[in-house]
Amino acid sequence: MPVGAVNHYSGMQDEFTTRLMDTALIGELKSLLGPANVLSQTEDLLLYEFDGSVEKARPEVVVFPHTTEDVSRIVKLANKFHVPIVGRGAGTGLSGGALARGGGVMIVFARMNRILKLDLENRRAVVQPGVVNLDITRAVEHAGLYFAPDPSSQKSSTIGGNVGENAGGPHTLACGLTTNHVTALELVLPDGQIVRIGSRHGDTVGYDLCGLFVGSEGTLALVTEITLRLTRQAELVKTLLAVFDAVGDASRTVAEITARGITPAACEMLDGWTLGVIEDYIHAGFPRDCAAVLLLEVEGLREAAESQAAAVAEVCNANHAREVRTARDAHERDLLWKGRKNSFGAMGRLAPSNYVLDGVIPRSKLPQALERIQEIGTKAGFRIGNIFHAGDGNLHPIILFDPRDPGQFTAAISAAEEIIRMCISLGGSLTGEHGVGMEKNELMTLLFNDADFDLMRRIHDAFNPDSSFNPGKIFPISKGCGEIRVGKSPRILASAT
Amino acid sequence: MNSTANLAARLEELLGSTGVLSSEVELHKYAIAGRTPMIVAKPAHSVEVEEVVRFAESEKLVVICCGARTKLDIGMPPHRYGLALDLGNLAEIPHYDPDDLTLSVDAGLSLKKLSKVLAEKGQFLPLAVPHFDRSTIGGTVASGIDSLYRLQFGTARDLLIGAEFVDGKGQLCKSGGRVVKNVTGYDIHKLLIGSLGTLAAITRLNFRTFPLPELRAGFLANFSSAESAGGFRSSLLQSGLPFLTLELFDPEFSVLLHGVLKNAGNPVADTVSRRCWGVFAAFIGNEAVVRRIQRELENRTSQSGAVSGAPLDASSNEHFSDSLRETSAWLPRAAPEVAVFRIAKPQWFPVDFGEGKHIRENSELRAALLVSGSNTALLTILCNSSTDKNIDAFASYVERLLFRLNANDGSAALLHAPDWLKARCNVWGPQRPDFPLVQRVKAAFDPVNVFAPGRFVGGL
Repeated sequence: MPVGAVNHYSGMQDEFTTRLMDTALIGELKSLLGPANVLSQTEDLLLYEFDGSVEKARPEVVVFPHTTEDVSRIVKLANKFHVPIVGRGAGTGLSGGALARGGGVMIVFARMNRILKLDLENRRAVVQPGVVNLDITRAVEHAGLYFAPDPSSQKSSTIGGNVGENAGGPHTLACGLTTNHVTALELVLPDGQIVRIGSRHGDTVGYDLCGLFVGSEGTLALVTEITLRLTRQAELVKTLLAVFDAVGDASRTVAEITARGITPAACEMLDGWTLGVIEDYIHAGFPRDCAAVLLLEVEGLREAAESQAAAVAEVCNANHAREVRTARDAHERDLLWKGRKNSFGAMGRLAPSNYVLDGVIPRSKLPQALERIQEIGTKAGFRIGNIFHAGDGNLHPIILFDPRDPGQFTAAISAAEEIIRMCISLGGSLTGEHGVGMEKNELMTLLFNDADFDLMRRIHDAFNPDSSFNPGKIFPISKGCGEIRVGKSPRILASAT
Repeated sequence: MNSTANLAARLEELLGSTGVLSSEVELHKYAIAGRTPMIVAKPAHSVEVEEVVRFAESEKLVVICCGARTKLDIGMPPHRYGLALDLGNLAEIPHYDPDDLTLSVDAGLSLKKLSKVLAEKGQFLPLAVPHFDRSTIGGTVASGIDSLYRLQFGTARDLLIGAEFVDGKGQLCKSGGRVVKNVTGYDIHKLLIGSLGTLAAITRLNFRTFPLPELRAGFLANFSSAESAGGFRSSLLQSGLPFLTLELFDPEFSVLLHGVLKNAGNPVADTVSRRCWGVFAAFIGNEAVVRRIQRELENRTSQSGAVSGAPLDASSNEHFSDSLRETSAWLPRAAPEVAVFRIAKPQWFPVDFGEGKHIRENSELRAALLVSGSNTALLTILCNSSTDKNIDAFASYVERLLFRLNANDGSAALLHAPDWLKARCNVWGPQRPDFPLVQRVKAAFDPVNVFAPGRFVGGL
């Protein structure tokens, strides 16, 4: 977690995972699921102590259910032994949401990976949580449809994880987050009960329970089946690359596009330094000698997309773009997006570790936010790259560091916290798409007061009163947060107080 | 025992004399199903809202939140009715950042005033809901009422980015923020949409706003059968053309709509054929987009066996759209006794469009159907006389229909029903399997049940 956190990476034993798993529980899990679906050897568990963040916490046993009933039985068994449970998809999360902070049982949904039903006429898909995001689009693209949320991890991240974290992606700007594309869920509650919420249509009589559970980061229930809304492919998609010699010009372009009411489907910014790194790795066709590029996409009816593309190009040129290039064909478009979506992987070649931040600001504040990030980086001695969803103000500064050097680690965490505080001070928020998890739970107090936490805690406890599901996430747990804590948090609180 | 005079005196200590209403005449304006509150509180800001909720809690008064009181007849009558919490004085726009296309607005501001402020900056909030000239933004969200623009812009759920509200403990809480992308903490504000004031008193709402369209246009086609109208609708929905609105209505609805337009002295009434099925499409965009959609509509109309089909001029389109937007406001007055079902189904088959005809043939009651492109519908049953015999038949039919419409992945509730009908059947229909979870949410927000007990699903 690093931002504002207690613990971690630099070789420290996670203070929360101290108890050895009860061998009787492991035996019962093996009888329930078969030995091939239970991992309990240390060398196996090591694979599951990481996700895409800089967090680290090891589960005591990892299980692979195949059915909803399996999940329910696992939960009941874990309850019998009073051990916590965390769900996990592909482990690509960036906030430690799928790490076993309380130890205990990790339920990995990788083997619940079937697309159960496709209703192309009504644009619905019913899937198990372990289905990979991009596989849904692959299954329906022949019918001119796709699944709109497209996180950079879409080739590997699972729908269950996307639902848990309310994942976004470049096209969130036009299409919204995962929550806008989920109409019904099947859940397993912390007592093992199986319930269905929402409807195939999306509307239901009663409260918007899907709205609550999507993005609840596995702290209220485990999701075992998801009904998704599919989106129709646009008649025309135009992808533009605008090249700038000054970062300020690029960020002012974004602010002006928003202010003029032009609504691109995606508006991504990549700074010049990161472009060089990406080109070395992907050869996507980005320029190496500029300060920043904007990767913009407009879509819709041919007449609408063409007029929007012209308006976007006009704003870019008015803000001194050196060049505004339009992808000539699908191949060129795919290559540009490949470069964007693999950019964090490319950065990984430069340093042993990197820390991808996720903060949000009002879009009009982009120029000053980018300047401030550079100042913070310079002060801390880091070169901070910026590859982010500029159109909706969702920043992803990336800090490269060596976790083996405790000084670097501490400095990276400190710079990250300063950037997030800057986002808040500009009227922004802690996270736009990565989730709070165990990365930013201590920083929640920057945004929420006692009354806010009291209500959140009551909602949490209404479903997860013992904090047996994903303990130690979202809510602050450090000293002085006694009123905020949730449930009894069996192990976490004992170690945090 | 609390008397109104006693309550008024103590509430005035919190709100001043202008913040409290207690005369019979005033109380009557807040009546629900013939029941009046003991007192009306009109706080001026959110701190006063907190104080009122705590006051009500300490006095064991049930709180019914309201704004312009245009939708108080939605839901069941409350079990008790102690205090009407009128949020109409919370009517500021504390933040409007046109360059960010975001807005923070107090719950009591009317949609009409809000739309004026936004229009000055060339923007709008795409919530086209009934009682538009009077409704408050808080009431719009709390009622979850459908917007005519849903097909293109979604529901309040897709537009709301944050909220402030006073929970059942009398604490001002917030959720979300004022940025367009945010996953910090639980999405609590989504729960408020359609909660009918049973979870909290909404004090402020944050939205994303949108640029006003360059042009608006409309097209009306008439058909002689449900099959041809349904086929036309289906071809439009599968076409990928971006429709702001796409409404199909049966001949009985045509008659009602024609009457409404005619009464308003509106010449567009003559384009509605009273014996036909109608399909109305509205769309927005630049000139090229509007021309293209219009052309495609004309082509598809000629291929679909339509009796007639033509673009509406700007003024006719506006009047027609406004009348459809206001449907659930005028439908309850269309006959002496009216029940309006609000239905959502994953798909509408041609046979479903004959629901009104089916009702007429089986019950001797009149029925009218309006189906939106987002697969929600208003099904209206009209009864011209209220004899005991008719009333019993009506109630029994409505109850059976509620069960049927809630089967097979559909969901239905009565959006409007006469009080005598509410006394005979629950407007929310049969209890759903997720009800225990709904109860948990209610208990978390409102642990002592101060907000509108009995109004919502399952007697919550």
